[in-house]
Amino acid sequence: MSLKDNIYYADDYIKEILFTTKSIAIVGLSDKENRPSSFAAKYLKNRGYKIIPVNPVTDKKTILGEKVYKSISELEFIPDMVDLFVKKEKILSFVKEAIKIKTKTIWLQLGLIDKESEKIANSANINFIMNRCPKIEYAKFSGELGWAGVNSNVISNKRKLLKND
Amino acid sequence: MTKKKNSYGFATRAIHSGAAPEPITGARNTPIFQTTSYVFKNTEHAERLFKLEDFGFIYSRLTNPTVSVLEERLANLENSRAAVACSSGHASQQLAFTSLLGNNDHFIASNKLYGGSINQFNKTFRNFGWECSFVDPDNVKNFENEIKDNTKLIFIETLSNPDGSIVDIEAVAKIAKKYHIPLVVDNTLATPFLHNPANWGANIITHSLTKFICGNGTSMGGIVIDCGNFNFLKDNKYPGLSQPDQSYNNIRFSETFGDFGFAMKVKADTLRDLGCTLSPQNAFYILNGIETLNLRMKKHSDNALIVAKYLQNHSKVSSVSYAGLKNNKYYNLGKKYFPYGVGSIFTIKLKNGYNACVSMVEKANLLSHVANVGDTRSLIIHPASTTHSQLSDDEKIKAGAGPDVIRLSIGLEDVEDIILDIDNSIN
Ligand SMILES: Cc1ncc(COP(=O)(O)O)c(C=O)c1O
Repeated sequence: MSLKDNIYYADDYIKEILFTTKSIAIVGLSDKENRPSSFAAKYLKNRGYKIIPVNPVTDKKTILGEKVYKSISELEFIPDMVDLFVKKEKILSFVKEAIKIKTKTIWLQLGLIDKESEKIANSANINFIMNRCPKIEYAKFSGELGWAGVNSNVISNKRKLLKND
Repeated sequence: MTKKKNSYGFATRAIHSGAAPEPITGARNTPIFQTTSYVFKNTEHAERLFKLEDFGFIYSRLTNPTVSVLEERLANLENSRAAVACSSGHASQQLAFTSLLGNNDHFIASNKLYGGSINQFNKTFRNFGWECSFVDPDNVKNFENEIKDNTKLIFIETLSNPDGSIVDIEAVAKIAKKYHIPLVVDNTLATPFLHNPANWGANIITHSLTKFICGNGTSMGGIVIDCGNFNFLKDNKYPGLSQPDQSYNNIRFSETFGDFGFAMKVKADTLRDLGCTLSPQNAFYILNGIETLNLRMKKHSDNALIVAKYLQNHSKVSSVSYAGLKNNKYYNLGKKYFPYGVGSIFTIKLKNGYNACVSMVEKANLLSHVANVGDTRSLIIHPASTTHSQLSDDEKIKAGAGPDVIRLSIGLEDVEDIILDIDNSIN
């Protein structure tokens, strides 16, 4: 899970995605509130993103108060981002579905790296990020990550104000 | 869309990392947030913070905005992921060990450590049910020979107190990795400017901030740094990281927080329960010190080398133990691991033994007789009768603190004045 993965995304690239994204379909969002996917989703929801749970196995109708969809193809509108919390073997098939619905960004969570997915997303002109977490990236640029003593690697002479303040 | 990250240099990061203008007032320097607690936006916000779902401040025993700046700065300077500051160097060791060891666990430590650390491991830590094997680090095989099923960490000082000896950290890290045991490194005397243990395979770094990092002898402090490179989920050896935590809704720290899971465990569990918190006032002093760390460490090392070379040829001195000298057995390790110098703490042996040492300490006029190292002021002490006095005679010699040994911590005064004072007091 270490970030020492030799994958670099320019700060501006990630910031642009985080600022323009309004809705995020989270594939594999757990119905249990102590799971990492739930931690990330709750945080992002609190920062104003519309969260759309995609979970084929839960019998819950809603997660974090949002209607649950069984698959990406069932979604009733196109989310700006599809964020994957899935098993490694399933990455490519979900990425293909996400490309089919023409989402703007495909994001693979920490621990998930897949070069083939990156290639097909790039050639479909869709933003692609892997082995990162949008919550942690958001917190990196808002300054909140530093509150937890985590090295954000950000140096800036600007005042930081949080979106929801 | 992968692109090379541009990284700032050490001096820039020592001044800026972790700090930003205060959002409301625009205050450019990091303010001292002298407060115990923080108002929640509403009950739901409070609940999210208590469950660790969100970032934010609850109570200053755990987190404080001034202290956080210090934590991020040092995590950055150590090329690491996250850090937890605390009240002293010893507290940092207590926090790191408590987070990794359970009752009846075992750890291995270099026998070349600060005397206080040997005491802490030998006495107090034994009372926690943690058994320590001390080994001579000059032969790294000694670490491997002591590894048992319940060995949970290996501890070394990169540059060791009192005689400035150097451990072949890369070789020790290889052994630790082979057995999947975290290598914990006290980097106090080197500081991140002279040496970055994470670059050589260390997993956790501790510091006494009391020394060079603060640099001006005003403030006690410590820090635990999570290098972010140890997989605690690989086996069940570290249940505090890999198993559900009842006090936080059954999250698993290493699963939920990934490469900063260890730091979160140290902060949210261990520091919460042990309470050895750093004050925001001290964090502020230490932050001010760090801004000039690179300049100071270079000068400390340069001055020390000049003094060591001078003493090497002194008629009253039988030997000088400083890794910057070509005839020192650690010279080559110094060249490999310490490109900018090997720090400013070293020992000399006086030909006339114990009495000559006591007399030298008492005659000094500029060098201060204190139980400290890493000050802007030059310091002198006779370890056998002070810092290392609790050790047995045998342990003293093993730790490089025999009866004829004087420890010097060379400061930032004019080097001619330091030499003159040493010369006057030695005769
Ligand atoms: C190498 C080393 N480690 C740890 C410590 C303990 O630090 P503190 O005195 O801040 O508890 C010291 C203190 O002298 C030290 O020199």
